[in-house]
Amino acid sequence: MDHVSTIEATKAIVTLDVAHSGIIWGWMITLNMWAKSIGTGVILVGAFLLYRHKHEEMPNLRWLMPLISFIALNVFLFFTLIDLHQPLRMIHIFTHPHWTSSITVGAWMATLFLVLVSIMMFTSFFTRFSDFRKDCAIAKAVRAKDGLYEKIFPFTVFLAFPVTMYTAIIMSQSAARELWVPGAELIQMLLAAFMVGSAALILIAEEWSESVKKELAMILALSVLFSFIMYMGEYFFSFKAAEVEATLAYVHSGGEYFTQFWAAMVLGYIIPFFIAMRMSDNRTMMKFAAVTAFIGLYLAKSTWLEIPQMIPLS
Amino acid sequence: MKLGFLVDLNLCMGCKGCEIACKVENEVPLSSWRLRVKYIDIGSFPDTSRSFTPLRCNHCENAPCERICPVSALHYLDNGIVNIDSERCIGCAGCMMACPYGAIYMDPESNTADKCTYCAHRIESGLMPACVVACPVEANIFGDVEDETSQISRYIMEHQGDIQVRKPEKHTDPKHYYVGGGNNTLNPQAHERIEGYGLFNNITKLDQIGSPNHSILDRFLDPIFGNHNDHLKNESFADMPNEAGVHHEEKGEH
Ligand code: SF4
Ligand code: SF4
Ligand code: SF4
Repeated sequence: MDHVSTIEATKAIVTLDVAHSGIIWGWMITLNMWAKSIGTGVILVGAFLLYRHKHEEMPNLRWLMPLISFIALNVFLFFTLIDLHQPLRMIHIFTHPHWTSSITVGAWMATLFLVLVSIMMFTSFFTRFSDFRKDCAIAKAVRAKDGLYEKIFPFTVFLAFPVTMYTAIIMSQSAARELWVPGAELIQMLLAAFMVGSAALILIAEEWSESVKKELAMILALSVLFSFIMYMGEYFFSFKAAEVEATLAYVHSGGEYFTQFWAAMVLGYIIPFFIAMRMSDNRTMMKFAAVTAFIGLYLAKSTWLEIPQMIPLS
Repeated sequence: MKLGFLVDLNLCMGCKGCEIACKVENEVPLSSWRLRVKYIDIGSFPDTSRSFTPLRCNHCENAPCERICPVSALHYLDNGIVNIDSERCIGCAGCMMACPYGAIYMDPESNTADKCTYCAHRIESGLMPACVVACPVEANIFGDVEDETSQISRYIMEHQGDIQVRKPEKHTDPKHYYVGGGNNTLNPQAHERIEGYGLFNNITKLDQIGSPNHSILDRFLDPIFGNHNDHLKNESFADMPNEAGVHHEEKGEH
């Protein structure tokens, strides 16, 4: 009964109400954001590397970059679909679009992005493996269109920015959740893409030149550093909105999200930063940093997605 | 025409008649609500008071739920009602994340979003919303806020200075007003919810979102083969043996 005796006399207490509605957007939306960051991140980081270095320094990048993006985007779209309570009606987004909704705009952009990445993936794959289905008419036709890759690549890179960032606008349109501030979320989404985009490429960079590997390590280190600073700022110094304070007080007081948040910070940000800064020559450690960055980002996204949903709205 | 609601909290006695009338009229599934009456206790014994606050969708003129809905399932009617088309809804729950008042639920039977519609179907037939009819003290006042001769407009004029809306800082422009409200009753951050010490804390709540009762597969199969969740339907609960009672008696409790 200690608990009750600490209630202040001035405090109002709810004595009868409906139960709290719980987590509405849960692990499927986390996975959706996480996979989208990889799908767009490899294109953004890949484009940056291609701009700064010769193709020969990264021989497998041309075909593996769109392949990784293609797989991640399909994971993203799959979880987007199955998170719907009426998944068969997904088609309504295309037949009855409501353009004020960032969900609509995002779904259209992500679909177009997937089409472009698919073209890049198929053309580069068949060109890379020129003996695969050598006599197949479709394979031949795709190989003949290989030049498309370089033509659509700039558009794909351009589109990767809004595709990776539109979830921040969905979070901003989620007017009930004050923790999600659009400015901060836009930057966090972009940093997340660079973070896991570089982490994914680190895993395939075995044969790449040392200067490219160093640059990848630097991209990872800087993106986790900036993202970490933003999380710390939001976590410790969000004094301005009552609901945000209540949300963070809930996490600060301990419990599963407290542990999850700090596990995310250590795995996703602190460990990769120090490894990328101090041990960028060590391939095994760099791969380890890439894996912990993947895990940490998932945990961070999950925490930030779920905690504002723990606060009663009415 | 802009239909609005006003609840006079000085009159409301927390009988929950409106809540029950809404449940029955709209067949709101178990564990979900369109209108609920929240009890809040203030003060310490013996100087305590209890306030009752009916809470429903505010039919905001600048509704975040409408803005975020990707398929316009949520839409404005000409009379100002924010209505929902459950045939159009894809169940993305964006509206549930956007409504600052937590007024939307995912119907566990239809797998679509739903909420108070100011009983749009009754209004179409010239009837008052079910909650208005049920209220024994006429604490719920409903009508056209753009018609200055309507009862609600007159009530607003008579109580100038004591008219409040929930979370005005959200700029949603609610068309649902309260008379006699205060920070304690209208601001959810101003009161504490202490689990375990309320009157009805362990309310039976059907798992719905992402639960085994609504598996991912069901989401695909239900629209084709019908709802598999018969055990979740309101009618099915009427046939259930009252296990709670049996349990009580077995333990020799009353
Ligand atoms: S109260 Fe919520 S559900 Fe109702 S109109 Fe406003 S935002 Fe939409
Ligand atoms: S759950 Fe339905 S009503 Fe709500 S935003 Fe999604 S499609 Fe619209
Ligand atoms: S029916 Fe009237 S008095 Fe009873 S809870 Fe509802 S508003 Fe209050």
